[in-house]
Amino acid sequence: MPRTHRPENPRVLWHLVSFALVFGCWEIAGRWPISVAFPPFSQTVLALLRMLADGSLPKAYLSTLQPLVIGVILCGIAGIGFGIGMGLSRAVEWFTLPVFIILQAAPMAAIIPLITYIYGIGLTAKVLAVVFLAAPVVVMNSYKGIRNTNPSLIQMCRAFLGTRSQEVVKIILPHAGALIFAGLRLGLAMGFIGVVIAELLITPTGIGDLITYHSSVADYPEMFAAVASIILIASLTIHGLERLERRLFPPELRGSS
Amino acid sequence: MSADAIVEVAGVGKTYEGRVQALVDVSLGFPSGKLSTLLGPSGCGKTTLLKIIGGLIPATTGEVWVKGRKVEGPGPERAFVFQDFALLPWATVLRNVAFGLELRGVPTAEREEIARQQIVEVGLAGFESTYPHQLSGGMRQRVGLARALAVDADIILMDEPFSSVDEQTRRKFQEELLDLLRRKQKTVIFVTHSIEEAAYLSDRIVLLSPRPGTVSKIIQPNIARGQRSADEIRRDKNYLDAVDEIWQILRRYVA
Ligand SMILES: Nc1ncnc2c1ncn2[C@@H]1O[C@H](COP(=O)(O)OP(=O)(O)OP(=O)(O)O)[C@@H](O)[C@H]1O
Ligand SMILES: [Mg+2]
Repeated sequence: MPRTHRPENPRVLWHLVSFALVFGCWEIAGRWPISVAFPPFSQTVLALLRMLADGSLPKAYLSTLQPLVIGVILCGIAGIGFGIGMGLSRAVEWFTLPVFIILQAAPMAAIIPLITYIYGIGLTAKVLAVVFLAAPVVVMNSYKGIRNTNPSLIQMCRAFLGTRSQEVVKIILPHAGALIFAGLRLGLAMGFIGVVIAELLITPTGIGDLITYHSSVADYPEMFAAVASIILIASLTIHGLERLERRLFPPELRGSS
Repeated sequence: MSADAIVEVAGVGKTYEGRVQALVDVSLGFPSGKLSTLLGPSGCGKTTLLKIIGGLIPATTGEVWVKGRKVEGPGPERAFVFQDFALLPWATVLRNVAFGLELRGVPTAEREEIARQQIVEVGLAGFESTYPHQLSGGMRQRVGLARALAVDADIILMDEPFSSVDEQTRRKFQEELLDLLRRKQKTVIFVTHSIEEAAYLSDRIVLLSPRPGTVSKIIQPNIARGQRSADEIRRDKNYLDAVDEIWQILRRYVA
């Protein structure tokens, strides 16, 4: 971003300071050493660069991102659809809401063996793992966004002769937009968790394979680099979406009145 | 009931589910081209009655007739000004004012033209592209008023429109409202808590009894407004008599 806000500069500075502190401690702890399986920061960075250079990391991400992207897109379409449906219609709410409440509470790791039993160990199973983890939060956010529409705005719409479909398009959906988008962002965060769990528990592919393989041959810097890279990518993506969200839906344009 | 009543309320009662009896057997007519206020203690059913007239909620018993037609829901001849403004927070002043026309399918250029005129009319010129959160409570209510004026309804229903502004602004609004009504032929039904406001603005004051609300008395202050200033009106004997008469009735309710 070319624009730099002056008040943001000190914040950026503090972020850098806190990163330096964390990485410094990591370096010291690695050199101590607290465990042979815990490499210092510098070696992890070097391992990361090696894996980038030999192409193993980019290749791993190419296969990890597949189930993630497919799963999140599915959730985006179907999940938002269900959420909106539940928010608008009591009938849809009645038979769908319990499913998503149960899904939200279910421990994922316990469901994965079931998924592999039914769908095998291919891409389908991994996509499903992402969907199962991401869908509840996407659906519930859309549903809540719809349900929390300011009733006085709906009454206003009716008073000025708005039809039910105008009410949905001009009042309810714009009102719910921010929460729906936030749901997608949280869904993506859950999707990252889902895809890594799937790659560790179902069949080692992509980044899950890198982690499993390097830990089995005791290449700890490589293993740590793989773990750190997925954390980095996930948090950068989520952070980017959060900024986009604040831009698309400025909080002051969402409040009621 | 007077022959020139544009709105007629006949035997209206309202019981909310949960068995709250808000209104019983309210019958009265609102004369065309006049400003009538609904005045009464808190919770007596003023908002309920106004919303029933507006067609926003159904009456449990009785019926409402507007221009000789039975009310089944909202209609183009009635416009509502809400106590809590009910503005779209994500829309500019211009779009908010034009929103009633937008819902009716009026083309953009035409409705924005009308909205701009109304924005000038309520004294908000220059604020067309600001958002509600950037406006004071008083200015937001002007937006709500402009929106109601933009659809050019004959009857304007106002629910305590000036209750969330300070006293000075309130008096200014009252004068502006009277000024506006001199220029446009509108029937206004106005809910208020304030005795002074009712006496100052109204051609007719409908006093409601405490819950369950029913018509307790109708007062016609008969203040000769003409071109007189606000201060002159507030010293008018008929104005002072009306304030006193209302207070004599209401004081029995607050005891
Ligand atoms: N949706 C509702 N469900 C149940 N009871 C309601 C509902 N709306 C209003 N009431 C009750 O009906 C009565 C009349 O309410 P209403 O809002 O019409 O009074 P009001 O005269 O406008 O009061 P205020 O001066 O405080 O605005 C009150 O006792 C209120 O609690
Ligand atoms: Mg009220």
